[in-house]
Amino acid sequence: MRDFIYYPGCSLKAGGKHYEESLLPVFKAIGMPLEEMDDWNCCGATAYFSVDEFMAAAICGRNLSIAEKEKKNVLAPCAGCFLTMKKSNTFLKSGHEKAKKILNDLKSVDAEYKGSIDVVHPLEVLVKDIGLDKIRELVQTKLTGLKVACYYGCQVVRPYTDLDDPDYPTIMDDLMAAIGAEPVDYAAKTRCCGGSLGGTIEKVGVDLNYVLLKEAKKKGADVIVTLCPLCQFNLELPQSKVVAKYKDDVRIPILYFTQLMGLAFGIPKEDLGFNRSVISLDKMWAKLSNGGGK
Amino acid sequence: MEIQDKVIFEGELDPGFVNTIRDKSFSEEIDKCIQCGTCSSSCPMVSYMDYPPRKIIGMIKHGFKNEVLKSFTPWLCASCYNCQVKCPSNIKITDIMYTLKREAIDANVYPKKFPIPALAQEMHKIIAKNGRSSELWLVLQMYLKLKDPISPLKYTSTGINLMKTGRLSLKKEKIKNRKQFHALLKAVSEDTK
Repeated sequence: MRDFIYYPGCSLKAGGKHYEESLLPVFKAIGMPLEEMDDWNCCGATAYFSVDEFMAAAICGRNLSIAEKEKKNVLAPCAGCFLTMKKSNTFLKSGHEKAKKILNDLKSVDAEYKGSIDVVHPLEVLVKDIGLDKIRELVQTKLTGLKVACYYGCQVVRPYTDLDDPDYPTIMDDLMAAIGAEPVDYAAKTRCCGGSLGGTIEKVGVDLNYVLLKEAKKKGADVIVTLCPLCQFNLELPQSKVVAKYKDDVRIPILYFTQLMGLAFGIPKEDLGFNRSVISLDKMWAKLSNGGGK
Repeated sequence: MEIQDKVIFEGELDPGFVNTIRDKSFSEEIDKCIQCGTCSSSCPMVSYMDYPPRKIIGMIKHGFKNEVLKSFTPWLCASCYNCQVKCPSNIKITDIMYTLKREAIDANVYPKKFPIPALAQEMHKIIAKNGRSSELWLVLQMYLKLKDPISPLKYTSTGINLMKTGRLSLKKEKIKNRKQFHALLKAVSEDTK
C-alpha cells in the first residue's frame, strides 16, 4: 500500500470545508487516518499559471519536497490542486532545462525535490488502492434508493492523468454503487462548470450550471455528488439565480462523494458537514427512510 | 450601414508570433493544426468568446499577434482541457491559452475591465506574499483592481449563504516559512528569465 500525506489546499479550509470534514472521517474509518502536510503552500491554481508558469511549478515543487521528505505521496482532494501539482510534477521530472533550474532553486532554499513521488486523488486511492470489496465491507447503512448523479468536472480526468476515461469516467459511479446508492447515467458528468469563471462572471455561472442541473434532474437524480470544491460551489451557490432566470425548478443538493460514503459507513451525519449545504436536504433525508445514518 | 475598415495588411502581421507561442507552450504540434474545429465544438465556453479556439490557433499561425493578445478568448478559457484531449493533432490548446494569457499580461494588452485577468494577477500577488490564498480577500482585491464597486453586490446572496453555512472566512491565511517561500520565488524569477 502506498503512503499518502494529505494536502488540503486553500478551498478545503474555507468554502469547501465540508469536503475535509467528510474526507477525514472516511479515511479514518478505512484504517488510513490522514496526516496533514506541514506548512503546505497554495498550489497556485489556474491563476499562477496565467501569470508565471515556472514560478507555478516551483511553488508546487516546494509542496512535493515536503511530502518526499516524509517518503509519502501527495493526496490532493481538490481537482484544481490535483491537476496543478500533477502537471508541475510531470514538468519537474521531465529533464527540461528550465525544470532542472527550478530543481536547483528548490535545493538552494532547502526544499530539495528528487522526483520520487506521485500526486493522487482520493477517488483513485479508494477505488484502486483500497478497492471496492473493502469499501463494501465497511458499509453499515446502504443508501438504497438514493439516485446519485456523479459529477467529475474536468480537471481530475484530464489530461495529465490516466485515472479514468476523460469523457465518460465511471470510477465514482462504481464507488457510489458500492455504498448502495444508485448512480444515474449522467451525460454531463465531465462538462465543465466554468471553474473560476463560474463565480466571477455571473452569466457564465448561471448558464453553464443550468445545463448541468437540468440534465441531472431529467435523469431523476436526488443529489449530485462532486469531487472538487470549485465544482461544488459553482453548482450549488447560483441555484436560486438559475431557477429565477430559466423559470425551472432545478434545485438539487450538491454534496461531496465523501459525505455519502461517511453516511453509508455509519458515521453520524452531524460529523460529515451536511449542515453546510445551502440547498435543503429534507427530500434526501426523507428518501433515506432511516433518516440517513445512525 | 457603416462600413468598417477590417482589412489587416500583411505588413501589420507578426510572422514570428507562432514561434514564440510554440516555444513558450512546449507545443510543436501547433504546426499540425488542420483547422478541423474539434476544439471549438468541444469548448463549453465557446459561445462567450470573441474568437473560437480554432480561429485563435489559425490566427497565431498567421501572425495576428495584436488581435490574439487583445482577445477575450484566452481569459474565457476555463482550463477544462477538453479541447486538448480531443484534438486529433494533439495540440496542447489549453497550455497555449495559458501562454497567451502570460504574453497578454507582459505586453499589457489584456482586457482591463474584465474580471479574470484581474483575478489571476491579484491571486498571484496574494500567494506570492502569503504562500496561501484567502477567498474573500481575493475577491475584494479583484474588484478593487477593476475599480468596480457595483458588481460585488450581485453576489450578496452568495456571501450570505456562505456565511450562514460557516464557509466564509475573514482570516488571511499565511504559511509559516514565508522567508523560504520568498527566497524560492526570487531564485526562480532570476533563473528562468
